[in-house]
Amino acid sequence: MRRMLVKVSVNGSPVELDLDPRESLLDVLRERLELTGTKKGCDHGQCGACTVHLDGRRVVSCLTPAVQADAREVTTIEGVAADDGTLHPMQRAFVENDALQCGYCTPGQIMAAIACVAEGHAGDDASVREYMSGNLCRCGAYPGIVAAVREVAQGWPA
Amino acid sequence: MARVRAFEYTTAASAAEAVLAVTPGTRFLAGGTNLYDLMKLGVEAPEAVVDVTRVPELARTDTSGPDELVFGSGARMADVAEDPVLLRDYPALAQSLALAASQQLRTMATVGGNLLQRTRCAYFRSTAHPCDKREPGTGCPVRGGLDRGFAVLGLGETCVAVYPGDWAVALLAFDAVIDVLGPSGTRTVPLGDLHRLPGSTPHLEHTLAQDELITAIRVPTTRAGRASTYLKIRDRESYAFALTSAAAALAFDGDAVTEARIAVGGVATKPWRSREAEALLVGGPLTQETARAAGEAIFAEAVPGRHNGFKIELGVRTVADALFHAARTGESR
Repeated sequence: MRRMLVKVSVNGSPVELDLDPRESLLDVLRERLELTGTKKGCDHGQCGACTVHLDGRRVVSCLTPAVQADAREVTTIEGVAADDGTLHPMQRAFVENDALQCGYCTPGQIMAAIACVAEGHAGDDASVREYMSGNLCRCGAYPGIVAAVREVAQGWPA
Repeated sequence: MARVRAFEYTTAASAAEAVLAVTPGTRFLAGGTNLYDLMKLGVEAPEAVVDVTRVPELARTDTSGPDELVFGSGARMADVAEDPVLLRDYPALAQSLALAASQQLRTMATVGGNLLQRTRCAYFRSTAHPCDKREPGTGCPVRGGLDRGFAVLGLGETCVAVYPGDWAVALLAFDAVIDVLGPSGTRTVPLGDLHRLPGSTPHLEHTLAQDELITAIRVPTTRAGRASTYLKIRDRESYAFALTSAAAALAFDGDAVTEARIAVGGVATKPWRSREAEALLVGGPLTQETARAAGEAIFAEAVPGRHNGFKIELGVRTVADALFHAARTGESR
Protein backbone atom coordinates (compact mmCIF):
# COMPACT_ATOMS: atom_id res chain seq x y z
CA MET A 1 0.00 0.00 0.00
CA ARG A 2 1.34 3.38 -1.00
CA ARG A 3 1.44 6.17 1.54
CA MET A 4 0.32 9.57 0.31
CA LEU A 5 2.04 12.92 0.74
CA VAL A 6 -0.49 15.70 1.02
CA LYS A 7 -0.43 19.42 1.74
CA VAL A 8 -3.29 20.77 3.77
CA SER A 9 -4.02 24.17 5.27
CA VAL A 10 -5.12 23.70 8.86
CA ASN A 11 -6.46 26.80 10.56
CA GLY A 12 -4.48 28.92 8.13
CA SER A 13 -1.16 27.13 8.54
CA PRO A 14 0.29 24.89 5.83
CA VAL A 15 0.81 21.32 6.96
CA GLU A 16 2.51 18.50 5.10
CA LEU A 17 1.36 15.02 5.96
CA ASP A 18 2.57 11.54 5.07
CA LEU A 19 -0.67 9.59 5.21
CA ASP A 20 -1.87 6.04 5.27
CA PRO A 21 -4.97 6.34 3.01
CA ARG A 22 -7.01 4.66 5.74
CA GLU A 23 -6.58 7.56 8.16
CA SER A 24 -9.60 9.75 8.79
CA LEU A 25 -9.23 13.50 8.92
CA LEU A 26 -10.53 13.27 12.48
CA ASP A 27 -7.75 10.93 13.60
CA VAL A 28 -5.10 13.00 11.84
CA LEU A 29 -6.31 16.19 13.53
CA ARG A 30 -6.44 14.64 16.96
CA GLU A 31 -3.59 12.15 16.98
CA ARG A 32 -1.00 13.71 14.71
CA LEU A 33 -1.66 17.45 14.84
CA GLU A 34 -2.75 17.41 18.50
CA LEU A 35 -5.87 19.42 17.68
CA THR A 36 -8.04 17.59 20.18
CA GLY A 37 -10.82 20.18 20.20
CA THR A 38 -12.49 18.17 17.45
CA LYS A 39 -14.18 15.29 19.24
CA LYS A 40 -14.68 11.64 18.33
CA GLY A 41 -18.18 10.56 19.28
CA CYS A 42 -19.56 7.76 17.13
CA ASP A 43 -16.83 7.71 14.43
CA HIS A 44 -19.56 6.83 11.90
CA GLY A 45 -21.08 10.14 10.85
CA GLN A 46 -24.08 9.87 13.13
CA CYS A 47 -23.39 12.33 15.97
CA GLY A 48 -21.69 15.41 14.48
CA ALA A 49 -19.13 15.80 17.30
CA CYS A 50 -16.28 15.74 14.74
CA THR A 51 -17.70 18.51 12.51
CA VAL A 52 -15.05 20.72 10.90
CA HIS A 53 -15.01 22.99 7.84
CA LEU A 54 -13.40 21.83 4.61
CA ASP A 55 -12.97 24.75 2.20
CA GLY A 56 -15.44 26.63 4.38
CA ARG A 57 -18.19 24.01 4.34
CA ARG A 58 -19.13 21.71 7.17
CA VAL A 59 -18.25 18.02 6.99
CA VAL A 60 -17.93 15.20 9.46
CA SER A 61 -14.20 14.60 9.75
CA CYS A 62 -14.69 10.97 10.84
CA LEU A 63 -16.01 10.05 7.36
CA THR A 64 -13.51 12.20 5.49
CA PRO A 65 -10.44 10.23 4.45
CA ALA A 66 -7.60 12.63 5.29
CA VAL A 67 -6.15 12.18 1.78
CA GLN A 68 -9.25 13.92 0.42
CA ALA A 69 -8.15 17.10 2.23
CA ASP A 70 -5.13 17.44 -0.07
CA ALA A 71 -4.73 21.04 -1.25
CA ARG A 72 -7.77 22.12 0.73
CA GLU A 73 -8.40 24.28 3.78
CA VAL A 74 -9.43 22.72 7.06
CA THR A 75 -10.83 24.83 9.89
CA THR A 76 -11.33 23.35 13.34
CA ILE A 77 -12.70 24.76 16.57
CA GLU A 78 -9.13 25.85 17.42
CA GLY A 79 -9.21 28.14 14.39
CA VAL A 80 -12.37 30.17 14.90
CA ALA A 81 -11.32 32.60 17.66
CA ALA A 82 -9.33 35.72 16.80
CA ASP A 83 -5.54 35.64 17.10
CA ASP A 84 -5.70 37.65 20.32
CA GLY A 85 -8.00 35.05 21.86
CA THR A 86 -11.24 36.97 21.39
CA LEU A 87 -13.96 34.37 21.05
CA HIS A 88 -15.86 33.90 17.80
CA PRO A 89 -19.37 35.38 18.14
CA MET A 90 -20.79 31.85 18.03
CA GLN A 91 -18.55 30.72 20.89
CA ARG A 92 -19.64 33.74 22.91
CA ALA A 93 -23.30 33.09 22.13
CA PHE A 94 -22.97 29.48 23.30
CA VAL A 95 -21.55 30.68 26.61
CA GLU A 96 -24.17 33.37 27.07
CA ASN A 97 -27.10 31.11 26.17
CA ASP A 98 -26.10 28.11 28.28
CA ALA A 99 -25.88 26.12 25.06
CA LEU A 100 -23.91 23.30 26.65
CA GLN A 101 -23.60 21.22 29.73
CA CYS A 102 -20.84 18.59 29.55
CA GLY A 103 -19.35 20.27 26.49
CA TYR A 104 -18.35 17.18 24.53
CA CYS A 105 -20.55 17.93 21.52
CA THR A 106 -19.86 21.68 21.69
CA PRO A 107 -16.93 22.00 19.25
CA GLY A 108 -18.94 20.15 16.62
CA GLN A 109 -22.07 22.13 17.45
CA ILE A 110 -20.21 25.42 17.05
CA MET A 111 -18.61 24.44 13.76
CA ALA A 112 -22.00 23.29 12.47
CA ALA A 113 -23.66 26.45 13.84
CA ILE A 114 -21.20 28.81 12.13
CA ALA A 115 -21.89 27.00 8.85
CA CYS A 116 -25.64 26.97 9.49
CA VAL A 117 -25.67 30.76 9.72
CA ALA A 118 -23.30 31.24 6.79
CA GLU A 119 -25.46 28.98 4.61
CA GLY A 120 -28.54 31.06 5.40
CA HIS A 121 -30.31 28.27 7.27
CA ALA A 122 -30.79 30.13 10.56
CA GLY A 123 -33.73 32.33 9.61
CA ASP A 124 -36.12 30.85 12.18
CA ASP A 125 -36.08 28.33 15.00
CA ALA A 126 -37.51 25.52 12.87
CA SER A 127 -34.82 25.96 10.24
CA VAL A 128 -32.09 25.97 12.90
CA ARG A 129 -33.46 22.74 14.37
CA GLU A 130 -33.60 21.11 10.95
CA TYR A 131 -30.14 22.20 9.82
CA MET A 132 -28.52 21.47 13.20
CA SER A 133 -30.09 18.01 13.46
CA GLY A 134 -26.82 16.33 12.51
CA ASN A 135 -25.33 17.31 15.87
CA LEU A 136 -26.56 15.32 18.83
CA CYS A 137 -26.40 16.63 22.41
CA ARG A 138 -26.98 14.00 25.07
CA CYS A 139 -27.23 16.65 27.79
CA GLY A 140 -30.23 18.08 25.95
CA ALA A 141 -28.95 21.63 25.64
CA TYR A 142 -30.93 22.07 22.43
CA PRO A 143 -33.02 25.10 23.51
CA GLY A 144 -29.83 27.01 24.36
CA ILE A 145 -28.19 25.92 21.12
CA VAL A 146 -31.13 27.16 19.05
CA ALA A 147 -31.11 30.46 20.98
CA ALA A 148 -27.37 30.91 20.42
CA VAL A 149 -27.57 30.23 16.69
CA ARG A 150 -30.54 32.56 16.28
CA GLU A 151 -28.80 35.31 18.23
CA VAL A 152 -25.73 35.16 16.04
CA ALA A 153 -27.83 34.93 12.86
CA GLN A 154 -29.65 38.12 13.76
CA GLY A 155 -26.40 40.02 14.16
CA TRP A 156 -24.72 38.43 11.14
CA PRO A 157 -23.46 40.82 8.48
CA ALA A 158 -25.80 40.51 5.50
CA MET B 1 -8.62 2.45 11.53
CA ALA B 2 -7.42 -0.95 12.62
CA ARG B 3 -10.34 -2.69 10.96
CA VAL B 4 -9.91 -0.96 7.64
CA ARG B 5 -8.18 -3.18 5.16
CA ALA B 6 -5.18 -1.52 3.52
CA PHE B 7 -6.02 -0.16 0.08
CA GLU B 8 -4.39 1.69 -2.78
CA TYR B 9 -5.68 5.24 -3.19
CA THR B 10 -5.59 7.11 -6.47
CA THR B 11 -7.35 10.20 -7.75
CA ALA B 12 -8.78 10.50 -11.24
CA ALA B 13 -8.73 13.73 -13.24
CA SER B 14 -11.42 12.61 -15.68
CA ALA B 15 -14.24 10.09 -15.78
CA ALA B 16 -12.42 8.13 -18.49
CA GLU B 17 -9.29 7.99 -16.36
CA ALA B 18 -11.33 6.77 -13.39
CA VAL B 19 -12.89 3.95 -15.36
CA LEU B 20 -9.56 2.83 -16.81
CA ALA B 21 -7.99 2.79 -13.35
CA VAL B 22 -10.36 0.06 -12.17
CA THR B 23 -8.83 -3.33 -11.42
CA PRO B 24 -10.61 -6.26 -9.72
CA GLY B 25 -11.32 -5.20 -6.14
CA THR B 26 -11.46 -1.48 -6.94
CA ARG B 27 -14.28 0.81 -5.86
CA PHE B 28 -15.03 4.38 -6.83
CA LEU B 29 -14.87 6.80 -3.89
CA ALA B 30 -16.93 9.99 -3.92
CA GLY B 31 -18.29 11.60 -0.74
CA GLY B 32 -17.26 8.56 1.29
CA THR B 33 -20.21 8.86 3.65
CA ASN B 34 -21.33 5.31 2.89
CA LEU B 35 -18.31 3.45 1.47
CA TYR B 36 -15.74 4.73 3.96
CA ASP B 37 -18.19 4.17 6.82
CA LEU B 38 -18.68 0.56 5.74
CA MET B 39 -14.92 0.12 5.33
CA LYS B 40 -14.50 1.20 8.95
CA LEU B 41 -17.04 -1.44 9.94
CA GLY B 42 -15.23 -4.12 7.96
CA VAL B 43 -18.31 -4.60 5.77
CA GLU B 44 -16.58 -3.23 2.68
CA ALA B 45 -12.93 -4.08 2.04
CA PRO B 46 -11.82 -2.81 -1.38
CA GLU B 47 -8.23 -3.42 -2.47
CA ALA B 48 -8.14 -0.02 -4.13
CA VAL B 49 -10.26 3.10 -4.39
CA VAL B 50 -10.34 5.64 -7.19
CA ASP B 51 -11.34 9.05 -5.86
CA VAL B 52 -13.65 10.76 -8.36
CA THR B 53 -14.32 13.91 -6.34
CA ARG B 54 -11.81 15.92 -8.37
CA VAL B 55 -13.37 15.17 -11.75
CA PRO B 56 -14.78 18.51 -12.93
CA GLU B 57 -17.14 17.02 -15.55
CA LEU B 58 -18.99 15.02 -12.90
CA ALA B 59 -19.99 18.17 -11.01
CA ARG B 60 -21.86 19.69 -13.95
CA THR B 61 -25.53 20.29 -13.22
CA ASP B 62 -27.93 22.01 -15.62
CA THR B 63 -31.59 22.39 -14.73
CA SER B 64 -32.28 25.16 -17.26
CA GLY B 65 -32.99 23.05 -20.34
CA PRO B 66 -36.47 22.70 -21.86
CA ASP B 67 -36.36 18.91 -22.23
CA GLU B 68 -34.46 17.52 -19.28
CA LEU B 69 -32.79 18.25 -15.98
CA VAL B 70 -29.17 17.08 -15.84
CA PHE B 71 -27.38 16.34 -12.59
CA GLY B 72 -23.71 15.48 -12.70
CA SER B 73 -23.17 12.45 -10.49
CA GLY B 74 -20.55 14.32 -8.47
CA ALA B 75 -22.83 17.21 -7.55
CA ARG B 76 -23.32 17.39 -3.81
CA MET B 77 -26.69 16.61 -2.30
CA ALA B 78 -26.72 19.88 -0.33
CA ASP B 79 -26.20 21.91 -3.49
CA VAL B 80 -28.78 20.12 -5.64
CA ALA B 81 -31.30 20.37 -2.77
CA GLU B 82 -31.16 24.16 -3.14
CA ASP B 83 -31.23 24.36 -6.92
CA PRO B 84 -33.72 27.19 -7.64
CA VAL B 85 -35.38 25.34 -10.52
CA LEU B 86 -35.92 22.22 -8.40
CA LEU B 87 -37.31 24.25 -5.51
CA ARG B 88 -39.82 25.93 -7.82
CA ASP B 89 -40.68 23.28 -10.40
CA TYR B 90 -39.82 19.91 -8.80
CA PRO B 91 -40.24 20.28 -5.03
CA ALA B 92 -40.39 16.50 -4.59
CA LEU B 93 -36.84 16.15 -5.93
CA ALA B 94 -35.50 18.98 -3.75
CA GLN B 95 -37.28 17.68 -0.66
CA SER B 96 -36.05 14.12 -1.15
CA LEU B 97 -32.51 15.47 -0.84
CA ALA B 98 -33.12 18.03 1.91
CA LEU B 99 -34.90 15.49 4.13
CA ALA B 100 -32.06 12.96 3.87
CA ALA B 101 -29.20 12.64 6.35
CA SER B 102 -27.75 15.79 7.94
CA GLN B 103 -26.39 18.95 6.34
CA GLN B 104 -22.82 17.76 6.99
CA LEU B 105 -23.44 14.49 5.18
CA ARG B 106 -25.36 16.18 2.37
CA THR B 107 -22.43 18.56 1.87
CA MET B 108 -20.13 15.56 1.42
CA ALA B 109 -22.33 13.04 -0.36
CA THR B 110 -22.90 13.11 -4.10
CA VAL B 111 -26.16 12.61 -5.95
CA GLY B 112 -24.62 9.76 -7.94
CA GLY B 113 -23.18 7.92 -4.97
CA ASN B 114 -26.42 8.32 -3.09
CA LEU B 115 -28.25 6.13 -5.62
CA LEU B 116 -26.09 3.18 -4.57
CA GLN B 117 -26.29 3.80 -0.82
CA ARG B 118 -26.36 0.42 0.89
CA THR B 119 -28.98 -0.75 3.35
CA ARG B 120 -28.95 0.33 6.99
CA CYS B 121 -29.87 -3.19 8.16
CA ALA B 122 -28.04 -3.56 11.48
CA TYR B 123 -27.13 -7.18 10.73
CA PHE B 124 -25.65 -6.22 7.37
CA ARG B 125 -23.60 -3.51 9.11
CA SER B 126 -22.31 -5.86 11.82
CA THR B 127 -19.71 -8.48 10.94
CA ALA B 128 -20.65 -10.27 14.18
CA HIS B 129 -23.88 -11.50 12.57
CA PRO B 130 -24.64 -13.69 9.59
CA CYS B 131 -25.96 -11.86 6.55
CA ASP B 132 -26.80 -13.21 3.12
CA LYS B 133 -26.23 -9.79 1.58
CA ARG B 134 -22.78 -9.33 3.09
CA GLU B 135 -21.69 -12.98 2.95
CA PRO B 136 -23.91 -15.06 0.68
CA GLY B 137 -25.01 -18.35 2.17
CA THR B 138 -24.58 -17.41 5.82
CA GLY B 139 -28.31 -16.85 6.39
CA CYS B 140 -30.34 -14.02 7.87
CA PRO B 141 -31.48 -13.49 11.47
CA VAL B 142 -34.17 -10.95 10.62
CA ARG B 143 -37.30 -12.90 9.75
CA GLY B 144 -39.32 -13.74 12.81
CA GLY B 145 -36.98 -11.50 14.80
CA LEU B 146 -36.30 -7.79 15.09
CA ASP B 147 -37.79 -6.79 11.75
CA ARG B 148 -39.52 -3.49 12.59
CA GLY B 149 -37.57 -1.42 10.11
CA PHE B 150 -37.64 -3.93 7.31
CA ALA B 151 -39.37 -4.21 3.95
CA VAL B 152 -42.91 -5.38 3.21
CA LEU B 153 -42.54 -5.18 -0.59
CA GLY B 154 -40.09 -6.88 -2.93
CA LEU B 155 -38.96 -9.45 -0.39
CA GLY B 156 -36.15 -11.83 -1.20
CA GLU B 157 -35.94 -15.50 -0.32
CA THR B 158 -34.10 -14.50 2.84
CA CYS B 159 -33.22 -10.81 2.59
CA VAL B 160 -35.84 -8.22 3.57
CA ALA B 161 -33.48 -5.26 3.98
CA VAL B 162 -34.87 -1.89 3.00
CA TYR B 163 -33.36 0.28 0.29
CA PRO B 164 -32.72 3.32 2.50
CA GLY B 165 -32.52 6.21 0.05
CA ASP B 166 -34.98 9.01 -0.73
CA TRP B 167 -33.55 10.67 -3.85
CA ALA B 168 -33.81 7.50 -5.96
CA VAL B 169 -37.44 7.11 -4.92
CA ALA B 170 -38.28 10.63 -6.10
CA LEU B 171 -36.23 10.18 -9.28
CA LEU B 172 -38.05 6.95 -10.06
CA ALA B 173 -41.38 8.76 -9.94
CA PHE B 174 -40.04 11.18 -12.57
CA ASP B 175 -38.72 8.53 -15.02
CA ALA B 176 -35.08 9.46 -14.45
CA VAL B 177 -32.30 7.75 -16.37
CA ILE B 178 -28.62 7.50 -15.55
CA ASP B 179 -25.65 7.81 -17.88
CA VAL B 180 -22.98 5.25 -17.16
CA LEU B 181 -19.41 5.23 -18.47
CA GLY B 182 -17.51 1.97 -18.82
CA PRO B 183 -14.35 0.90 -20.63
CA SER B 184 -16.30 0.32 -23.83
CA GLY B 185 -18.24 3.57 -23.77
CA THR B 186 -21.39 5.17 -22.43
CA ARG B 187 -24.79 3.63 -21.93
CA THR B 188 -28.04 4.93 -20.50
CA VAL B 189 -29.96 2.99 -17.89
CA PRO B 190 -33.52 3.77 -16.75
CA LEU B 191 -33.41 4.30 -13.01
CA GLY B 192 -36.02 1.58 -12.64
CA ASP B 193 -33.49 -0.89 -14.03
CA LEU B 194 -30.63 0.15 -11.75
CA HIS B 195 -31.62 -1.62 -8.53
CA ARG B 196 -32.26 -5.35 -8.33
CA LEU B 197 -34.70 -7.30 -6.25
CA PRO B 198 -32.88 -9.46 -3.70
CA GLY B 199 -34.38 -12.79 -4.81
CA SER B 200 -31.83 -15.47 -3.95
CA THR B 201 -28.89 -13.11 -4.62
CA PRO B 202 -29.23 -10.21 -2.16
CA HIS B 203 -25.53 -9.43 -2.46
CA LEU B 204 -26.20 -8.20 -6.01
CA GLU B 205 -27.87 -4.84 -5.45
CA HIS B 206 -27.59 -3.13 -8.83
CA THR B 207 -27.02 -3.82 -12.50
CA LEU B 208 -23.80 -1.86 -13.03
CA ALA B 209 -20.50 -3.56 -13.73
CA GLN B 210 -17.68 -2.95 -11.30
CA ASP B 211 -15.89 -0.68 -13.79
CA GLU B 212 -18.95 1.36 -14.70
CA LEU B 213 -19.22 4.88 -13.30
CA ILE B 214 -22.44 6.87 -13.06
CA THR B 215 -21.63 10.16 -14.77
CA ALA B 216 -25.01 11.89 -14.80
CA ILE B 217 -28.65 11.60 -13.82
CA ARG B 218 -31.19 12.95 -16.29
CA VAL B 219 -34.86 13.69 -15.64
CA PRO B 220 -37.32 14.49 -18.45
CA THR B 221 -39.16 17.73 -17.75
CA THR B 222 -42.84 17.45 -16.83
CA ARG B 223 -45.41 19.94 -15.65
CA ALA B 224 -46.39 17.40 -12.99
CA GLY B 225 -43.23 18.47 -11.18
CA ARG B 226 -44.87 21.64 -9.89
CA ALA B 227 -47.58 19.71 -8.08
CA SER B 228 -45.21 17.32 -6.36
CA THR B 229 -44.04 16.44 -2.90
CA TYR B 230 -41.80 14.03 -1.05
CA LEU B 231 -43.39 13.05 2.23
CA LYS B 232 -41.15 11.22 4.68
CA ILE B 233 -42.42 9.65 7.89
CA ARG B 234 -39.77 8.95 10.54
CA ASP B 235 -39.37 7.98 14.16
CA ARG B 236 -38.01 11.47 14.81
CA GLU B 237 -38.66 14.73 13.04
CA SER B 238 -35.28 15.06 11.34
CA TYR B 239 -32.09 13.13 10.54
CA ALA B 240 -33.59 9.66 10.34
CA PHE B 241 -34.29 7.12 7.65
CA ALA B 242 -37.84 6.71 6.42
CA LEU B 243 -40.27 4.32 8.03
CA THR B 244 -42.43 5.11 5.03
CA SER B 245 -42.11 7.75 2.36
CA ALA B 246 -43.86 8.71 -0.83
CA ALA B 247 -42.96 10.82 -3.82
CA ALA B 248 -46.13 12.05 -5.50
CA ALA B 249 -46.60 14.26 -8.55
CA LEU B 250 -49.82 15.24 -10.30
CA ALA B 251 -51.06 17.17 -13.30
CA PHE B 252 -54.66 18.31 -13.70
CA ASP B 253 -57.05 19.43 -16.41
CA GLY B 254 -59.60 21.33 -14.36
CA ASP B 255 -60.41 18.95 -11.52
CA ALA B 256 -59.44 15.83 -13.41
CA VAL B 257 -56.09 14.19 -12.84
CA THR B 258 -54.31 13.81 -16.18
CA GLU B 259 -51.00 12.51 -14.89
CA ALA B 260 -50.06 10.80 -11.64
CA ARG B 261 -46.68 9.63 -10.47
CA ILE B 262 -46.19 7.73 -7.20
CA ALA B 263 -43.14 5.98 -5.75
CA VAL B 264 -42.57 4.82 -2.20
CA GLY B 265 -39.56 4.38 0.06
CA GLY B 266 -38.74 2.87 3.43
CA VAL B 267 -40.97 -0.10 2.72
CA ALA B 268 -39.30 -2.02 -0.10
CA THR B 269 -36.03 -3.67 -1.01
CA LYS B 270 -35.57 -1.20 -3.87
CA PRO B 271 -37.16 2.09 -4.94
CA TRP B 272 -40.77 1.14 -5.66
CA ARG B 273 -43.21 2.59 -8.17
CA SER B 274 -46.74 1.47 -8.95
CA ARG B 275 -48.24 2.14 -12.38
CA GLU B 276 -51.45 0.45 -11.22
CA ALA B 277 -51.85 2.97 -8.44
CA GLU B 278 -51.15 5.84 -10.82
CA ALA B 279 -53.72 4.56 -13.32
CA LEU B 280 -56.41 4.52 -10.61
CA LEU B 281 -56.05 8.28 -10.22
CA VAL B 282 -56.08 9.37 -13.84
CA GLY B 283 -59.33 10.61 -15.37
CA GLY B 284 -61.15 11.70 -12.24
CA PRO B 285 -60.81 14.20 -9.43
CA LEU B 286 -58.48 13.53 -6.51
CA THR B 287 -60.66 12.55 -3.54
CA GLN B 288 -60.03 10.93 -0.18
CA GLU B 289 -61.33 7.71 -1.69
CA THR B 290 -59.16 7.72 -4.81
CA ALA B 291 -56.06 8.76 -2.88
CA ARG B 292 -56.53 5.95 -0.40
CA ALA B 293 -57.28 3.47 -3.18
CA ALA B 294 -53.99 4.40 -4.84
CA GLY B 295 -52.15 3.75 -1.59
CA GLU B 296 -53.91 0.43 -1.12
CA ALA B 297 -53.02 -0.60 -4.66
CA ILE B 298 -49.33 -0.06 -3.96
CA PHE B 299 -49.45 -2.17 -0.81
CA ALA B 300 -51.85 -4.84 -2.12
CA GLU B 301 -49.05 -7.41 -2.34
CA ALA B 302 -47.28 -6.32 0.84
CA VAL B 303 -46.15 -9.09 3.19
CA PRO B 304 -45.82 -8.10 6.85
CA GLY B 305 -43.24 -9.65 9.13
CA ARG B 306 -43.41 -9.84 12.88
CA HIS B 307 -43.04 -6.18 13.88
CA ASN B 308 -43.33 -4.21 10.65
CA GLY B 309 -46.98 -4.75 9.74
CA PHE B 310 -47.72 -1.16 10.77
CA LYS B 311 -45.84 -0.01 7.68
CA ILE B 312 -48.65 -1.18 5.43
CA GLU B 313 -51.37 1.08 6.86
CA LEU B 314 -48.82 3.85 7.49
CA GLY B 315 -47.64 3.50 3.92
CA VAL B 316 -51.17 3.72 2.52
CA ARG B 317 -51.79 6.89 4.51
CA THR B 318 -48.40 8.33 3.53
CA VAL B 319 -49.31 7.92 -0.14
CA ALA B 320 -52.76 9.46 0.36
CA ASP B 321 -51.33 12.42 2.30
CA ALA B 322 -48.56 12.91 -0.23
CA LEU B 323 -51.09 13.12 -3.06
CA PHE B 324 -52.97 15.93 -1.29
CA HIS B 325 -49.73 17.70 -0.38
CA ALA B 326 -48.74 17.51 -4.04
CA ALA B 327 -52.08 18.87 -5.23
CA ARG B 328 -51.95 21.76 -2.75
CA THR B 329 -48.36 22.53 -3.73
CA GLY B 330 -49.49 22.81 -7.35
CA GLU B 331 -52.34 25.17 -6.43
CA SER B 332 -49.97 27.54 -4.65
CA ARG B 333 -47.65 27.89 -7.66
